[in-house]
Amino acid sequence: MTLTKIFKNSLLVLISCLILSACATKKEIASDIKGSMQGDVYTGTDTVEYLAEGVPDRVFFATNESILTTASRETLRAQAAWLRKNSGINVVLEGHADERGTREYNLALGERRANAAKDYLMTYGISSNRITVLSYGKERPVDSGSNPLSWSKNRRSVTVKAN
Amino acid sequence: MIKKIIVLFLILIPMNSFALIEVDITRGNLDPLPIAVSPLSIDEKSKKSFKKVLNKQNIGEEISNIVENNLKTSGLFNPLSKEAFLQAPDIANLKPRFEDWNLIKAQALITGKVSNVNEKLRVEFRLWDVLAAKEMMALAFTTVPSNWRRVGHIISDKIYERLTGEKGYFDTRIIYVAEEGPKTQRIKKLAIMDQDGFNNKFLTLGNELVLTPRFNPTSQMVTYLSYFKNLPRVYLLDIETGTQEVVGDFPGMTFAPRFSPDGKKIIMSLAKDGKSDIYSMDLENRIVEKITNHPSIDTSPSYSPDGKYITFNSDRSGYQQIYIMKSDGSDVKRISFGNGLYGTPVWSPRGDLIAFTKLHKGKFYIGVMRTDGKGERLLTENYYQEAPSWSPNGRVLIFYRETKTNDKGEGFTAKLWSIDLTGYNERQIKTPTDASDPSWSSLLSN
Repeated sequence: MTLTKIFKNSLLVLISCLILSACATKKEIASDIKGSMQGDVYTGTDTVEYLAEGVPDRVFFATNESILTTASRETLRAQAAWLRKNSGINVVLEGHADERGTREYNLALGERRANAAKDYLMTYGISSNRITVLSYGKERPVDSGSNPLSWSKNRRSVTVKAN
Repeated sequence: MIKKIIVLFLILIPMNSFALIEVDITRGNLDPLPIAVSPLSIDEKSKKSFKKVLNKQNIGEEISNIVENNLKTSGLFNPLSKEAFLQAPDIANLKPRFEDWNLIKAQALITGKVSNVNEKLRVEFRLWDVLAAKEMMALAFTTVPSNWRRVGHIISDKIYERLTGEKGYFDTRIIYVAEEGPKTQRIKKLAIMDQDGFNNKFLTLGNELVLTPRFNPTSQMVTYLSYFKNLPRVYLLDIETGTQEVVGDFPGMTFAPRFSPDGKKIIMSLAKDGKSDIYSMDLENRIVEKITNHPSIDTSPSYSPDGKYITFNSDRSGYQQIYIMKSDGSDVKRISFGNGLYGTPVWSPRGDLIAFTKLHKGKFYIGVMRTDGKGERLLTENYYQEAPSWSPNGRVLIFYRETKTNDKGEGFTAKLWSIDLTGYNERQIKTPTDASDPSWSSLLSN
């Protein structure tokens, strides 16, 4: 299978996921798109929890990167909208890295990822004093597998209610 | 007869140096020196009294076992089977019959005696050159009985030093992170043990995540990262008193701490607003200095032994690479140019080498390079390993290694390993739980 084909497939999956999300339950989607990655960024919802309906709690990153993907930015806009509506809620952005990097560098990388998410929330009007950044580096993986898919789920920034 | 004077701890008897046996430790030693470690002899009365205090059948044998094990794990010596020994320990210590020891191919022989002197443990030992039929060294120690393991380590160090010409590393301790529980919810505690894995002690309870402990030069203090109250900060721990304090008052996560070679400063990273820079803090006057100032990740700093330089890793080139700079932050120079990513640089106590972790094509390596980045040598390759720490004599590296999990995500382990600078003699160091982030102490005696 060529790369473009993989790309198209995952794009299709992504689109179908967006369409489905309107009507299907979380569980059904998860089984549909389990295992999907675009490049090496996780695009599934296997591990995703929701702050509210339609507001996923996490965004995913490419290896050694802290750049927000289109999907991540969409997730963060949904989070910003939800935070604007719930002005009493503060959040902790927990940044994580996969296990394929040295511990100390990964602590810094987790912080950088969570900050990328924080900056984006701030550009959508969320005050910095409602946001705390906490890096776990590679200390708290969600998936204990030793394979590219597991690692992609672990490279993440998770928005957690602080109160 | 050599006259021995005994003070509380240690007395060195001067000896003449002839062209006796020497062990070359600069190359991989594939032909370890055959050595006979005769059990230390002990009189019945002393044996009984120590059995009562220490609950050991024969403390003389126990101490010689420590020596034997240390020499063996160094990879430089091949302790011979005691079953082949012809001479009784007490007689051998008076005057070895060199023909007998020659017969079993021993080139060096260790003999000695343990006795109870005023409720103190008195240990004397001698090192003999079998071929030259000469005594190479004779020493005696007197200490409290509970120190018996340390006596074994100190004897090992003296023998190592006499035969290799370099300081030993046996009377040392390792501080590390003990790990338990599933990979997604690891419980981590600070733990300390003797270099040979004995006397393991947990220093924290595991209520909060702790990482990367490192000794100060006197090995009495430890700096480490703790997630106490979910605020990841660098802490200082006094091992004797158990007192802990947070280092400085920083507006973000501080991590990757290490002491300066004089023990007066802690160097570390501060992560803030997506960048990590290197700072130092003077522990006396609490003055904080910002050493790097770059939008990249600068971390894992380590001083040169003279304190004039710092090596660290940075991704300012786009990827994680190793740099050196003057300790004020000037003259930053990249030194790693090989294929792959380079991290966790640690300056050797001898000053000539930097140990590192390298990631290349999905494999992790522990390696060393000269301080100008030339002469890279990879010592060991594995699925995952990192964080080398030098033995105080700069001849051995300790690091941790993690295993790949299976399809179900099971089978994860983290263990401590050591390897010689030569790339030979790779060994696992046994720990009661899984383990990571080892840091080697200085030599505790002398």
